[in-house]
Amino acid sequence: MEALELARWQFGVTTIYHFLFVPLTIGLSFIVAVLQTVWYRTGRHEYLQATQFFGKLFLINFAMGVVTGIVQEFQFGMNWSEYSRFVGDVFGAPLAMEALLAFFLESTFIGLWIFGWHRLPRGVHLACIWMVAIGTNLSAYFILAANAWMRRPVGFEVNPENGRAELTDIWAVLGNDQAWSTYLHTVSAAFITAGLFVVCVSAYKLWRNQKHNDTGVRGEAPPARDFALFRGTLKVGLVFTLMAGVIVVFSGDHQAKLAAQYEPMKLAAAEALWETEEGAAFSAFAVGDTEARYNPIDITVPNILSFLATGEFDGEVHGMNNLQEAYEEEYGEGDYIPNVFVTYWSFRLMMGLGLAGVGIAAIGLWLTRGRDRTPSVDGPLTRWFYPLAMFALPAALAANIFGWVLTEMGRQPWTVHGYLLTAASVSPGVSLGTVAMSLSLFTLIYGVLAVVEVGLLVKYVKAGPSHLVPDLEEDGDESQIPHFSY
Amino acid sequence: MDLAVIWFIAISVLWIGYFVLEGFDFGVGTLLPFMGKRDSVDRRVTINSIGPVWDANEVWLLTAGGAMFAAFPAWYASLFSGFYIPLFLILIALILRGVAFEYRGKRDDSTWRLWWDRAIFFGSAAPALLWGVAFANIVQGVAMDSDHIVTASLVDLLNPYALLGGLTTLSLFTLHGAVFLSLKTDGPVRVRARTAALRTAYVAVPAGAAFLTWTQLAHGKAWTWPLVLIAAATLVGGVAAVRARREGLAFGLMVATIVSAVVTLFGSLFPNVLPSITDPAFSLTVENASSADYTLTVMTWVAVVFLPLVLVYQGWSYWVFRKRVTGATITGETVTGDTAGAETSARGDIVIPEVTTAEGTTGTRRAATEDTVDT
Repeated sequence: MEALELARWQFGVTTIYHFLFVPLTIGLSFIVAVLQTVWYRTGRHEYLQATQFFGKLFLINFAMGVVTGIVQEFQFGMNWSEYSRFVGDVFGAPLAMEALLAFFLESTFIGLWIFGWHRLPRGVHLACIWMVAIGTNLSAYFILAANAWMRRPVGFEVNPENGRAELTDIWAVLGNDQAWSTYLHTVSAAFITAGLFVVCVSAYKLWRNQKHNDTGVRGEAPPARDFALFRGTLKVGLVFTLMAGVIVVFSGDHQAKLAAQYEPMKLAAAEALWETEEGAAFSAFAVGDTEARYNPIDITVPNILSFLATGEFDGEVHGMNNLQEAYEEEYGEGDYIPNVFVTYWSFRLMMGLGLAGVGIAAIGLWLTRGRDRTPSVDGPLTRWFYPLAMFALPAALAANIFGWVLTEMGRQPWTVHGYLLTAASVSPGVSLGTVAMSLSLFTLIYGVLAVVEVGLLVKYVKAGPSHLVPDLEEDGDESQIPHFSY
Repeated sequence: MDLAVIWFIAISVLWIGYFVLEGFDFGVGTLLPFMGKRDSVDRRVTINSIGPVWDANEVWLLTAGGAMFAAFPAWYASLFSGFYIPLFLILIALILRGVAFEYRGKRDDSTWRLWWDRAIFFGSAAPALLWGVAFANIVQGVAMDSDHIVTASLVDLLNPYALLGGLTTLSLFTLHGAVFLSLKTDGPVRVRARTAALRTAYVAVPAGAAFLTWTQLAHGKAWTWPLVLIAAATLVGGVAAVRARREGLAFGLMVATIVSAVVTLFGSLFPNVLPSITDPAFSLTVENASSADYTLTVMTWVAVVFLPLVLVYQGWSYWVFRKRVTGATITGETVTGDTAGAETSARGDIVIPEVTTAEGTTGTRRAATEDTVDT
């Protein structure tokens, strides 16, 4: 065991954990902004309730995203000092811009939004949540541009005197096709996740209400208004998910083509394709032998991989064995093949779970067609849909994670493709024991916080919106807006 | 002027922004247990005084870190890997503290709040101490080899000068936070904060004087002498202003103290960014640690355009929340009437109509359905 391995584990654990919260922040900020806009424009009370209810859930999630994000920025220097030394000139710039342009925006306006319900005019207050949404989406661009640069390094030169990568063209880094393609794919996936979060919560509430109605024994009946509200938000979530689903498919297709171009080894590993082929088949299920470098079992769909990678059914797709040879020639001896098992299966799980989530949204949209505003208690939504909708959220969260596992494991052994190996990136002065200590404490604290966070989410979901914003009485006063404070 | 020097100055400005702003956040968090009884409105007043702003204050750290990464990659790399354990502890502290602010009020349970209060205290006091330890070590220099890899152990980092630096930042930030609280709150918290400020001064003044004098004598330049004197004068003046109940003036003087102290540290460090005590030739300097001119030019444009914008909207957020926080502002401002729903307690942080029975203690009316929430 070396410090390198644990440093990689730590990066994996902390980044995956961070990315459970980030997609929800990106998507929910936008959805809450939309809900509040509807309330602002129509004055309909249930949209105020929906804004406050999902706003509260958003904030519970937001806090976790913020605090786990600080770790990310420090970690490059702490565990990956040689990487930082090599790339700081190029990679540091988008990170600094992210903080200056996006984090300040996000954090200042979230404060104004949380505490400003009564201090700001309604229009200005609404603008605050939009600024938060813009800030989070902007921050995603900068960090993904930095990440894309590692996979397709552009706009720099290696200075022969000091051996460091030096920036020559910032627009090449920010305009990297890998950057905007990754951005579209990641952010639309984030919108799917947030959309399905709303779907999951709404479905749960409707399901409980329906169940309650069926048995009608325990406690008071839930407020009838909740039905209308969650019918509405269910629809909002479904529409968001499906729209983002379209973008995720197209950008995903583009990602595959970029991988074929810039990271052929990743694509080959993701498909367990050992030999270069024209008219390559898409593998549906394979059992590989990574020692002998072939697949004893491989169930395939002919020509599809070539089409995905090149846009032509008989296009050429490089195989791992051929790429390995080519890389050894170019970069010297070494193992340039990533972990095929992990890359292959994370690709399938990402696609499968992601598409399952979008598919569930499509089914939901079909089931709720034309009935979005029906406040009726015994609504016609089919009962089996609710549990299915609740499964969609974990599926989407897992799809995000497998997407990153594919991206990051699939580009091994490189940190900067073609320029810097992961093994050469780690901090030489940080001992195994130190990383072991930080890894175990991070894991422990993250684990505890996850339990606390989920507990709070469940509590607030169960309590429902009328506990945050009372239902409007017949002669109710519209200005009853409770404010958030600590 | 050389771009690398400009960025050395820019980074010191970012750290000044961080210490001035999050300095009082840390102070407020450290003082939390002393500002009111467990689970009292006074503690909520204390936390709400920084509620809308703490998150944006913390972004100064992220910006300073990002700017070091971009402008001085070698500094960022050596420092962050070399100071691994202090930074790790700071990270843990900041994680717990940030979550604590957000989650503390989300359950109506005094044990729950007590634990988050502890997290806020630890999460504020530990970084306040550790930043001083870290910066003292930066100024003093650490064992570092010719590849700029820091070889100092944790024990080396805990030397007397660094510990004095830690005591200085801890006490100074606590004082700063106390002055901020007396300026930003009213009622019992304001009174207690003033007392706390005067008591903290007994530590902050001698510790600050000793640390800055040591810094000046061991590492200072001729031109940092006036700064040391300004820091001393404004610190003493700040305490005098607290005594005279001139809270605004006291806060301004505390800001001046922190600014001049941090400038003294960065001034003493220059032109090094991380001196090596193994061999001065191995030191990281503004020249050998910086990025190429192109990156620095890009970053300069970005900073020139966007930093003023940030200052404007961040300043505006302080303006929006300029009123003093009191028990009434956080508990009574929202009149939710007698609508039953408002009083059922899914919220915790949503306004609970409260009846103040005695200083620091409150009775909370609870609706009958409350317990259904947590089951």
